[in-house]
Amino acid sequence: MFGELIDKFDEIFKNLRGAGKLTEKNIKDALKEVRRALLEADVNYKVVRDFIKHAETEAVGERVLKSIEPGQQIVKIVHDELVRLLGEKMVPLAPIDKAPTVYVLCGLQGSGKTTLCGKLALQAKRKNKKPLLVAADIYRPAAIKQLMILGDSIGVEVFHLDNAKPPEICSQAKKYAEKNFIDLMICDTAGRLHIDDELMVELEEIKARVAPDELILVADAMTGQDAVNLAEKFHQRLGLTGVALSKLDGDARGGAAISIRAVTGCPIKLASIGEKLSDLEPFHPDRMASRILGMGDIVSLVEKAQQSVDLKEAAKLEEKLRRQAFTLEDFYEQMQQIKKMGPLESILGMIPGMGKALKGVQIDENGMKRVEAMIQSMTLEERRNPHIIDGSRKKRIALGSGNSVQNLNLLLKQFSAMQKMIKNVNKFKLKGLPKGAFPFQM
Amino acid sequence: MFSGFKKLKDSLAKTRDSILGKISQIVTGRKLDDDLIDEIEESLLKADIGVAATDRIIERLRQLAKEAKATDSDTVFGILKDEIKKILESNRKSLMGNGIRPHIWLITGVNGTGKTTTVGKLAHYFKNNGKSVMIAACDTFRAAAVEQLAIWAERSGVVLVTAQSGADPASVAFDAASSAVSKGIDYLLIDTAGRLHTKANLMEELKKIRRVTEKVVPSNQIFSKLIIDGTTGQNALSQVKVFTDAVGCDGLIVTKLDGTARGGIVVAIAQELSVPVDFIGIGESIDDLEAFNADSFVEALFES
Repeated sequence: MFGELIDKFDEIFKNLRGAGKLTEKNIKDALKEVRRALLEADVNYKVVRDFIKHAETEAVGERVLKSIEPGQQIVKIVHDELVRLLGEKMVPLAPIDKAPTVYVLCGLQGSGKTTLCGKLALQAKRKNKKPLLVAADIYRPAAIKQLMILGDSIGVEVFHLDNAKPPEICSQAKKYAEKNFIDLMICDTAGRLHIDDELMVELEEIKARVAPDELILVADAMTGQDAVNLAEKFHQRLGLTGVALSKLDGDARGGAAISIRAVTGCPIKLASIGEKLSDLEPFHPDRMASRILGMGDIVSLVEKAQQSVDLKEAAKLEEKLRRQAFTLEDFYEQMQQIKKMGPLESILGMIPGMGKALKGVQIDENGMKRVEAMIQSMTLEERRNPHIIDGSRKKRIALGSGNSVQNLNLLLKQFSAMQKMIKNVNKFKLKGLPKGAFPFQM
Repeated sequence: MFSGFKKLKDSLAKTRDSILGKISQIVTGRKLDDDLIDEIEESLLKADIGVAATDRIIERLRQLAKEAKATDSDTVFGILKDEIKKILESNRKSLMGNGIRPHIWLITGVNGTGKTTTVGKLAHYFKNNGKSVMIAACDTFRAAAVEQLAIWAERSGVVLVTAQSGADPASVAFDAASSAVSKGIDYLLIDTAGRLHTKANLMEELKKIRRVTEKVVPSNQIFSKLIIDGTTGQNALSQVKVFTDAVGCDGLIVTKLDGTARGGIVVAIAQELSVPVDFIGIGESIDDLEAFNADSFVEALFES
């Protein structure tokens, strides 16, 4: 997510940090690079201009030039400015507290509305609410069928009506929802261009007839400079309550997010990050800004870890690390904990600095499986004291796990390097490490 | 000028009115100085033309300003058009076919760019040109994708090869290619599932489709066509690069050019990657597909 933009900033700030003394000139040069990075990330031109102007006045001030770490100071200014543009705080969706609460989704063709409808319905269902999907796209071939298959796969009812206009379908659906104790009704509307007057009128009518609690624009995260135009037009005519960004799992640099928020003032409430119906996250502007700047998204990582890591286990591990009694057995357990957190790629991306280090690297989940198999083929004694593993034991382990002796040697070598590293870390005390987020070599 | 020029002009009119058309207003009656160059730069960037292509054009204008040669609005305007045309014409040549039947077009792209719709339009286009057409529904992943394609196939009256939802798309492609060979079909259009170029496993699946198809016909009869959403920004460059690495790219089809601020990305792609554009999609009905022509495209962008 936002990967390439992060890389660019990494590069720029590495140079700035390197500079012993900041002058007006190297600030200007750096900001020029920031400008280019933002433009290449599809941030709207106007937004970029304001951004740079603002950052420049802040940065060229006496305060920065005379501060002890001017480079850091500039990073902070740019960071704060990004947070401001992305909208300071996370804004949640309207609570599902009426029967029915109504969400209406709209957007251009192919922005991912139907998929997002499915995700929202599934999320509601997991909170023990009763959702209803409303098929209000009567134009695209097989759109209704798509929603019905989607609804079927997550066990959510789909409301559709033949030979009726979308506003009529939605208002009938609301009546149906009221009668049938539906908690959340989600209307999937047809994709439309913001300059298509007829279809925009249709949306206005839908809004008037169902009085939605959320009217959300679904925008493709890869959209170019036009993102602003379309968001503005939709907002002017409909008074959006929020924006959802879709396809954030690609390598889009996220300029659309910054621009839409900055120009319309509409909060970005959701981030849709995959094709699986469970891939939906709230949008955290502050964390996103940190991530853009390559500071990593440690908060998300820790939250994720807390969801899946057994805290007692983690404490035990930390104790072991402190005593330098970290064995292959612990390593194996640690791997299991990490696996619970989700795909490695997305986890590592949240660690500061890792985004860059991992660029272009295909994380080999199979490598992890191989390591697991090898450890599983060891006796308990061997796991605790890897140094007893001699030639004949190696042969047995390799055979038992379907690996070569070379692979096993590599694992043992890496493990011993890791133990050394832990010793070094211990010298500096372990306090700084987030719990459960133990860095290991793959 | 080709017949669809008027229509293209109409659909690009919105682009012109809002962005590039402004250039003519900006330029008219002014001296070519730094202020004006800045404003032109802004307009170009806003049209998604990209930083590299914009720099190239602006560089040329600055030089002109320095030499203080004829800098009236007509000259400036002419240079803008000229530069963009040059960028577009520097593309390698588009490969649409080589006369050996069947031509197999592998239609790829990220999610929601309009692959299925474009396949429908292409079928209609080729059929109207007197060719026999077959469609293979290889999007076995998205709900109702096959049904959607079936409706398009019916509209244009062409044969559709399908399989059950969840089937291996490569096997569908294989069956369709074999069938196209035995029936002597001119064009086989393979509609694939949308996939983000960052998903390695899905890109592998795409490679497999191509590999398997190559077992039926020689590689030079298969043409990979990448569908790009016209609203996409600079990320399109990354899409083109990755898809090219996976299955090659013989040409682009740029869709949704009937909105505002569209089409600039075509210039950015040409500048940096030199991949040609075959067609552009300019609406939702079956004949809203135009063969791409650099001259007309630039003329339409700047026409006032």
